[in-house]
Amino acid sequence: MTRPTPNTWLHLDATQLAYEHRSGARSVVDTIAACCARSQRLQPRWNAFLALDCERALARAHTLEHAATRGRLHGVPIAVKANLAVEGLESSCASRMLVGWRAPYTATAVARLEAEGAVVIGTTNMDEYAMGSSGESSAFGPTHNPWDEARAPGGSSSGSAAAVAGHLVPLALGSDTGGSVRQPAAWCGLAGFKPTWGRISRYGLVAYASSLDCVAPLARSMRDLDLALDIMAGPDARDATCSPTALHESAPFKDLQGLVLGVPHEWRAALSDGPSRAAFEACVEAARAAGARIVELSLPLTRHAVSCYYLLATVEAASNLARFDGLRYGVRAAAHSSSLAASISSSRTQGFGAEVKRRIVLGTYALSAGHAEAWHTHAAKVRTLVCREFDEAWGACDALLGPTTPFPAIRLGERSNDPLSLYACDALTTPVSLAGLPAAALRTPLVEHEGGQLPTGAQVVTPHDADRLALRIAEVLETQLGTQALRSPAAEVQA
Amino acid sequence: MNLVRQANTTTWLSPHTGQVWELVIGLEVHCQLATRSKLFCGCAIEFGAAPNTRVCAVCSAQPGALPVLNGEALRLAVRAGLALGCSIAARTHFDRKHYFYCDLPKGYQISQATRPFCTGGGVRLRSGKLVRLQRIHLEEDAGKAIHDRGPWTLVDLNRAGVPLIESVTEADLSAPEEAVEYLTALKEMLQHAGVSACDMEKGELRCDVNVSVRKPGAAYGTKVEIKNLNSFRFVAAAIEYELQRQVAALESGDPAQRLVQETRLWDTEQGVTRSMRTKEGAADYRYMPEPDLPELQLPASFVERERSMLGEPPAERRARWQQQWHLAAKDAEALTQTRELADWFEAAVRAGAPPKECASFLLNEVLTAQPDSLSLLLPRQVASLVTMVAAGEVSHASARSVLRVTLAEGTEPEVVVQQQGLRMVLDTRQIEAWCRQALVGREAIIADVKAGKAAAVNALLGPALKLAAGKANAAVVRETLLRLIAES
Repeated sequence: MTRPTPNTWLHLDATQLAYEHRSGARSVVDTIAACCARSQRLQPRWNAFLALDCERALARAHTLEHAATRGRLHGVPIAVKANLAVEGLESSCASRMLVGWRAPYTATAVARLEAEGAVVIGTTNMDEYAMGSSGESSAFGPTHNPWDEARAPGGSSSGSAAAVAGHLVPLALGSDTGGSVRQPAAWCGLAGFKPTWGRISRYGLVAYASSLDCVAPLARSMRDLDLALDIMAGPDARDATCSPTALHESAPFKDLQGLVLGVPHEWRAALSDGPSRAAFEACVEAARAAGARIVELSLPLTRHAVSCYYLLATVEAASNLARFDGLRYGVRAAAHSSSLAASISSSRTQGFGAEVKRRIVLGTYALSAGHAEAWHTHAAKVRTLVCREFDEAWGACDALLGPTTPFPAIRLGERSNDPLSLYACDALTTPVSLAGLPAAALRTPLVEHEGGQLPTGAQVVTPHDADRLALRIAEVLETQLGTQALRSPAAEVQA
Repeated sequence: MNLVRQANTTTWLSPHTGQVWELVIGLEVHCQLATRSKLFCGCAIEFGAAPNTRVCAVCSAQPGALPVLNGEALRLAVRAGLALGCSIAARTHFDRKHYFYCDLPKGYQISQATRPFCTGGGVRLRSGKLVRLQRIHLEEDAGKAIHDRGPWTLVDLNRAGVPLIESVTEADLSAPEEAVEYLTALKEMLQHAGVSACDMEKGELRCDVNVSVRKPGAAYGTKVEIKNLNSFRFVAAAIEYELQRQVAALESGDPAQRLVQETRLWDTEQGVTRSMRTKEGAADYRYMPEPDLPELQLPASFVERERSMLGEPPAERRARWQQQWHLAAKDAEALTQTRELADWFEAAVRAGAPPKECASFLLNEVLTAQPDSLSLLLPRQVASLVTMVAAGEVSHASARSVLRVTLAEGTEPEVVVQQQGLRMVLDTRQIEAWCRQALVGREAIIADVKAGKAAAVNALLGPALKLAAGKANAAVVRETLLRLIAES
């Protein structure tokens, strides 16, 4: 192996970087120092981080440099969405409500990555409390898409996506409740993975909609996602909903011979523009070329997924966010309140942003006496039907292949005043979330869109617990498409 | 107004109108389970600990923290259901009950609404009446809000997350004393099943009372709920008060006094109930399934294991003791105050103590000696002491002093008796010798006795016992004296 030049860390994936650190070919301290410097200098450009803690990261790098045991992510810098607890770091969920809140403990998923040598350099920008599809609902300003700074990176894991697409870190954690990792992966040209619900412990993930929330990684290679999944998956005594079953072992696939991929008619039809359609068809062709048999099928309930999702998620959100009363942590409104109710009310009025308030009000309404039957109970029934529809699909295919988003990255501000049109971005990701299924988001070819080149993405969806199958198929598809080495122009931006 | 209880009934007569009224009462009892740690986290439960020192990320509702069920709490809850004859659901799940208050960190309480772990069952009163249980569910306690320390409210979260079972009766009770009898029996059963210490001083048993009045046979009237009563006396007093208040309101016909469905609080100082909130102002709890906890399965093997831990119900135990061992009802009652005491007593009897004597020795000597005497003694030690007393080998007075030594030094009673020479003399010839000596020169008394005044012999008892240095049984000495006089 040739001696790496100092800047090449920029383009390495986590697997390779860890290998070079382990073998001594590269200094952990050098990497972390360079990564921190780059992240700091480019922070004004994309607003990817909410809290960068270079001191903490460098101290850890020094420890790791001389550590006797060297893990699978030895010295790899990672970024963590600001809704995951990292002891001592500010995890504000991009909300004024939690400004200054430093977690007193570390989330299980993060702790497991750290145990393998990962170095958390900071917490990333996001839609406030993970409520949003564009990254614009952050209380600390929008995140910019490294492919085109006038565009949204997608959300809600906007900062984690920008950090990986901007080559600030090779691997980042986000969370995917209704598409919050898959959609930014598509808009930022990244690989993203939403595991089976319960596959990765949620302990330390600030809850938005508990029955849908998943910790989910973003990276620039499928093997990094596989590695991160392998490290994070597994039962956790602190999360009663964490799956006790082991992750399937599976060697990488050479091709897709013998596999049947289903392409839902409704997903394909959701693509709004010609170039996006062409990019997706190229992906279908790639699957065929790799030996898969393609079957067309129908998932008619897809059209109800967004409304079903927004009812259930907002009901759970209203409940989960009840703890933010300003009494024990976070921001408490100036104490002129005459009563407890007034104090809680003004803290929440001042602390929450507009989108969070909208969802709390929606969710409270949908579960209130006299309305719960019509809204919440009804939506729960539809969810059961959505699950059943997927179960039937598994009779006809091994995996589903569909686009991730109906269109490429939107311009910042384009849909800010029209929440419903923003919710429509989630049309293809929410059905999968409702059913709790695993999905690998892969990169499909760039498209010409409104005068620029933008990334697109597709998702491979598999049955419960077949997390690895989704990753293996996505890996073959990226290789076939030649998108596995896709780099944003930001990769060349020198800090 | 003062209603008059009609003799031997559960009806009351209104002296003004001549109308007869009856009470309809239902009880909701919160009982703290005797676990070492909280329901959804590992924090220790410790009454009286410094405020907010038994608190973690989970029970203080830090962002991102998740609940994990304490298996011991589930076991005790199931055992409670079995003790009360309920049916245990094969599957159950938790719900969130939402309301904002400073002592409720998550903004919701994890409780059970739609599918409690336990339904049916009940408690039979002495009259034979069955008080049916609707359900029992498992839930977490809130913290404590303290309002009397200055202009602010202080919050102590040590209690937040402590496991409770809430048992809800049907509206089967019809008098204050029935309510008290039910509560007493419930408390006793839960204690004996090892489910809870039910220490009301520590708030481990709290009661909400639903009460309404009606004319006999009429439909239910408007009910009020009296919340958070922490003594059985207050339960009875609050029901009594509500009976008078509600009948007065109904008979007055005054629209201002019209009864409304409401929650009331008992004012201990004034002995009255006061309105807290009406139904219109009641919170909408917005129950929803708790997504952080999976559905619970309660397999038959799990339930049966708990059944085996139940022990004999206290009422059955008392009946058995009275029947087999001829214990007085009063003693049986006293010895089943707690499971520990009852078990201790049985162990002493199994170690050979005669039951009746053992019961009275335990109640009159051991338990009155010092508060922790039971923990300082072994059942077999008391058994051997009581056996010696019953056989006349040791006097009651000596037994008391032996007990003192054993309590203080742990010395075996036989050894104390030996060392202090307390064993009674049973040798008839020796006792006769003492008696003969006592009779010397007491011809006047002998004549009186012979003339039929048997009581005159008592004057000889003291001297004879003195000669025996307390080692002779007074009754035996008296008999011997009488026999010797008769023979002379």
